[in-house]
Amino acid sequence: MTVIVDYDAGNLRSVQRACAEVGTAAAITSDPVEVRRADRVIFPGVGAAGSAMRSLAARGLDRALVDVMRGGTPVLGICLGLQISLDHSEENDQDTLGLVAGEVRRFALSDPALKVPHMGWNAVRVVRGHPLLAHVEPGDEFYFVHAYYPVPEDERSVRAVADYEGRFCCALGVGNYFATQFHPEKSGRVGLRLIENFVRWDGRDA
Amino acid sequence: MLSKRLIACLDVRDGNLAKSVRFVDTKDIGDPVAKAREYYDDGLDELVFYDITASSEKRRIILDVVEAVAEQVFIPLSVGGGVRSVADATDLRLAGAEKINVNTAAVERPMLIAECAEAIGSQNVVLSMDIRKVGVAPEFPSGYEIVVRGGRTPTGIDALAWTREGERLGAGELVVNSIDADGTRDGYELHLTRTISEAVRIPVIASGGAGVPDHLYDVLTDGKADAALVASMVHYGDYTVSGLKRHLDGRGVKMRMSW
Repeated sequence: MTVIVDYDAGNLRSVQRACAEVGTAAAITSDPVEVRRADRVIFPGVGAAGSAMRSLAARGLDRALVDVMRGGTPVLGICLGLQISLDHSEENDQDTLGLVAGEVRRFALSDPALKVPHMGWNAVRVVRGHPLLAHVEPGDEFYFVHAYYPVPEDERSVRAVADYEGRFCCALGVGNYFATQFHPEKSGRVGLRLIENFVRWDGRDA
Repeated sequence: MLSKRLIACLDVRDGNLAKSVRFVDTKDIGDPVAKAREYYDDGLDELVFYDITASSEKRRIILDVVEAVAEQVFIPLSVGGGVRSVADATDLRLAGAEKINVNTAAVERPMLIAECAEAIGSQNVVLSMDIRKVGVAPEFPSGYEIVVRGGRTPTGIDALAWTREGERLGAGELVVNSIDADGTRDGYELHLTRTISEAVRIPVIASGGAGVPDHLYDVLTDGKADAALVASMVHYGDYTVSGLKRHLDGRGVKMRMSW
């Protein structure tokens, strides 16, 4: 079973619909038991790091996520799901799950014409291949909505970058965990294909 | 860098797609779900539904349309028309809308913007403004006035003042709809769009008046808009979404060209 982790962090039905479109019935759940039992876990989310961490902890989902990560279950993080998998976020100066070493910073841009949040379609460039990005061609664009971006410690975990007054990491992969800053569920066919790759992925990083 | 966005607006009335000319005389032109799918397949970047009946007993119609579209169209969906409360916004979000547009109700009660931003996130709250040119006057320093109720009712509010207030209250994006240009096919109101875009730090969607592809070019360059909204140009088959994007790309505007 594929589960989508529900922790009051935004509307998860668009992710569920995207799974249905690629032929997978995914269940939305806030039950840590179901998360631990799942074959595959999608960890999405929009909102702020502080309230997200409180909400995860209140449900016992923080420990469940650590367990599934260590147990080798394929996990896909999206947007806030990616951000709170790192150690710390500048947003609310919040310590986060620490599944991947690194931190999350707010865009600090010098060009006043560049707006924050970074919202819209931007080109994603693969810098280190990954099974979930196998289909991505140069120039393919994905849909972003975010004011903070991830800075993983280990450069090797950076799988794709985008440019917004400088390059930032927009997809990271470590073992059975893969996460995107963009929204594959809102990125047309190229996004659906990433989700399709995930629901077929064995969790191995090669 | 971000691409400029091409957005199509579908005015939905009783489940059918309608197109208005200067906000009067709407005529039906087809099934909104089929049109949405067609534009998505052709590379559209974002879709807006405007519920133009929006009477309370007919709310279900727009929810059904959004739900049907969300099942097969995987780009951001934005919905407006008759959103008066956080509950209205939440219903539309559950049906599959990403962004919620507020307009008349926000002018009548500006805190609606802040309440929606708190409930669904600032980035998902779009302040849609219908604006007409009135000329610079003491009460209208920008020379533009906000009008409501589908463009029929003047408010006495200066458009630029309202823009700044909307941003302060938490709107994540603005739609600048020129009532004077709407449906004319003579081009967007460039001066208005640029004036507003330069005054805020949130994205601006230009609306009203597009007739030929160069009108989009003009508003995305001179008009400093982040996105151009079209309706008639594509609804009647005069232009296609991909054709418009190719035109803009050919003139050097950064667009998403693979889908």
